[in-house]
Amino acid sequence: MVRSKLPLLRRISQIFFLALFLGLLVFTSLRPSGGATSDIHMRAPVRLFFEWDPLVAIANAFASHALYRGLLWSLLILLPTLFLGRFFCGWICPMGTLQHFVGNMPSEAKRGKQRIESNRYRRWQTAKYVVLIAGLIAACFGSMAIGWLDPFSLLVRSFGLAILPAFNFAVRAVLLPLEHSHIAFIKTTGQTLHQALQATVLDFRMPHFAQGLVLGVLFLLILAASLRITRLWCRSICPLGALLGAVSRWSILGLHKDPATCNHCNRCELHCQGGDDPIGGAKWHKSECLMCMNCVGSCPEHSLSFRFFRNESEVASPDLSRRKTLTGIAAGVAAVPLMRANTGLGKSRHERLLRPPGSLDENEFLSRCIRCGECMKVCPNNSLHPTLDQAGLEGLWTPTMVPRIGYCEPSCVLCSEVCPTGAIWQITPKEKGWVVGVGGAQSQPVRLGTAFYDRGRCLPWALATDCIVCEEWCPVSPKAIYVQEAEVIDSAGNTKTLKQPRIDPSRCVGCGACEYACPLQEHPAVYVTSIGESRSPSSQILLSRK
Amino acid sequence: MAGETTHTSDPKLDPIQAPAHDPVPALTRREAMLQMLRVGGIAAVATGGGYWLSEHSSRPAAVHAEQARRDHRIAANPQWPKMTVVQGGEPRALAQRALADLGGIGRFVSRQDVVVIKPNIAWDRTPEQAANTNPDLVAEVVRQCWQAGAKRVIVTDVSCNEPRRCFQRSGIQAAARAEGAEVILPDPELYREVELGGVVLKTWPVFTPFLEADKIFNLPIAKHHGLTGATLSMKNWYGILGGERNRLHQQIHQSLVDLASFMLPTLTIMDCYRILLRNGPTGGNLEDVALKKTVVASTDPVALDAYVAKAYWNLDPEHLPYLQMAANRGLGTVDFDKLPVKFSNLA
Ligand code: SF4
Ligand code: SF4
Ligand code: SF4
Repeated sequence: MVRSKLPLLRRISQIFFLALFLGLLVFTSLRPSGGATSDIHMRAPVRLFFEWDPLVAIANAFASHALYRGLLWSLLILLPTLFLGRFFCGWICPMGTLQHFVGNMPSEAKRGKQRIESNRYRRWQTAKYVVLIAGLIAACFGSMAIGWLDPFSLLVRSFGLAILPAFNFAVRAVLLPLEHSHIAFIKTTGQTLHQALQATVLDFRMPHFAQGLVLGVLFLLILAASLRITRLWCRSICPLGALLGAVSRWSILGLHKDPATCNHCNRCELHCQGGDDPIGGAKWHKSECLMCMNCVGSCPEHSLSFRFFRNESEVASPDLSRRKTLTGIAAGVAAVPLMRANTGLGKSRHERLLRPPGSLDENEFLSRCIRCGECMKVCPNNSLHPTLDQAGLEGLWTPTMVPRIGYCEPSCVLCSEVCPTGAIWQITPKEKGWVVGVGGAQSQPVRLGTAFYDRGRCLPWALATDCIVCEEWCPVSPKAIYVQEAEVIDSAGNTKTLKQPRIDPSRCVGCGACEYACPLQEHPAVYVTSIGESRSPSSQILLSRK
Repeated sequence: MAGETTHTSDPKLDPIQAPAHDPVPALTRREAMLQMLRVGGIAAVATGGGYWLSEHSSRPAAVHAEQARRDHRIAANPQWPKMTVVQGGEPRALAQRALADLGGIGRFVSRQDVVVIKPNIAWDRTPEQAANTNPDLVAEVVRQCWQAGAKRVIVTDVSCNEPRRCFQRSGIQAAARAEGAEVILPDPELYREVELGGVVLKTWPVFTPFLEADKIFNLPIAKHHGLTGATLSMKNWYGILGGERNRLHQQIHQSLVDLASFMLPTLTIMDCYRILLRNGPTGGNLEDVALKKTVVASTDPVALDAYVAKAYWNLDPEHLPYLQMAANRGLGTVDFDKLPVKFSNLA
């Protein structure tokens, strides 16, 4: 009796953790709180799932020779896996849960016999171990490219930068006509709904992200793959699954089969999530089993059960041939040097690669950033976006500021508070040091770059028109933009006195507010480039600052 | 009826075809009629709908803007001064005396009024940095509006920096809520296109709460400004607009007058408790802030701006061309010294 309850318990656990994940993701945003005028900090533990992720922890340790902040918590997952196997994949991981859900949807390509066939163990399932080995070796060489495929990175990036923005758009598209209705009842309903959603799940402003479409489609494709082969991602790609699979070989909990009672009805195979052959007579693949317990729940003969300390013939460790292991190692060894042979890091750094405040120097940054998009999700100004080629191919989907969409808010440090790996090192508003006394002898503010004028476009410089909106917005004091009065002649021949703006590079912190505010929208007449960013000792203009 | 299907041929006469196909039943007349009706209906709807749609085809036009100058002024009353300058107290006390000097809140707010209070909540700054209106001043005005029997008291502004940060860090959100005001953040979807009827400002999106008020209180703070020298009460109306208001600087004086003649407040209460002397309007550095412990209130925004510009920046009306332009439009007078002004000192 107890047996058949296991899948139900598992389902409850899966729903709980999926809800927790989505809840934390939604709370990865600016939420005013605390004292009346106090600094705004991230209060919800939004990095939780990354801190549970032993893959991130191990890769972070390999690459940085240390463990950042809460990553030690990942032992909470790793140690039980040693004893219990991949329960994490079957019971907790939201990426697994979503695929589980899609995999259960009725599908033409997966019925009865086909489904049983597709659930049998396949050699290609070992591909994920190759991914894991390559990723960890690349980490040793100083690249966290594994973040492209880490399941939480994938989830946060896809949900935060594509699915939730799309959801925001859809909800607004539905509610807006209601709110503008002439019928009072519909109008109030719309408004109430909007307010309720605004207070909980909707963003304050509709967010937009570079490559949102690409990230969204990739994610949906991964989910859709489960319509053909259940949990194709977990079985064959997921490096975290591979890590937990490799560790589970020592697990003391395992599937006990009673071949005598098995009548080969195949029900266990039909519902198997991991593709590990739970059926009597076949060898059980321990490292593939996700501990979903469907087999136990579906066996009409009660011939399957999970037991501690069994002694049965099974395939305990991933059946990874030496050739595949070598492939993984070779790929990892080759990847980083090849990526570094490219332009990007070191050579021809992109002038518009503006890293968020607190970011480490580029080498260190790439050895930590897992491209999860937490910082992009949290930025209240929608300022941070995933790179395409600005950071070189190696830096694909790492964060860069796009001031034209959003500048960096002077006293905000949210991105540094949510970064799970320390690529953006946690700073306080005081350490950020903007606003007061920038350019003074003692103050060493965080600088993201330096602003420059395009005098061919700037209104007072080129078009004989008053402006200096940039100066108005410049948040540092004294302002990094100073003005000089100049006499210009307009097209009618009249003399006009205008204030023409200039930058003081020793005061500019590269926040991008000027670029954001400039009325020349598509190609601002003042723009920030990365030179002068405080994280890089080499990317400097001035010999010494005042 | 179903039994009435007829065979097209007699299987006995045509033995070769019969086993190959099931006999195809022909339509009954009734079924044929129904089918004709269905097809005819679809065709008619398609034609009608298509015709109707094509009739409605026109080049997309701008939404019809509403046109109404917002005049919230109250009748002048010679019994009371037009302007009052109160010094030497804390913000709440200053506001209390200023309102009392001008005849009390009951002169400005009637029962059941919807009152909108427009402080400056433009920047992510704390009250000490003097970039936003003092929160206690706002709170006091809210309290008095309730006393006067207002139906709703709304505090709102269209911020420059991230609004959630501005509303919290300015302290205004907490202070106004503590007094029971509705604090409305600038929701990007709450704007309406309005014909401002200005010389340079034509149609602009205006934040809706400002359009639905019975009475409006303008609560600016006196600050330095790079382009005009000082930013005073009329500049505070930038904060009712959405859209690309960064273009307004190009003709700032005309823009200010256009805005001020669109939005005529019930009363202007200028926060000079702390003023920002340099690096405005954002400031940030406490060295740029001067503690003046003053509130200036007036029903004449032109006189008020002229007075404050002279008092703290020594700017004469010639330096601020918009003042004379506004006076010419009948919005007030630049000669504040000719007005009945009451000065009080609480210290
Ligand atoms: S980029 Fe700036 S505004 Fe955005 S989250 Fe980071 S600190 Fe805040
Ligand atoms: S905001 Fe743009 S156009 Fe205006 S002065 Fe600055 S750079 Fe020039
Ligand atoms: S980037 Fe522009 S606004 Fe920011 S500090 Fe530099 S000059 Fe000022």
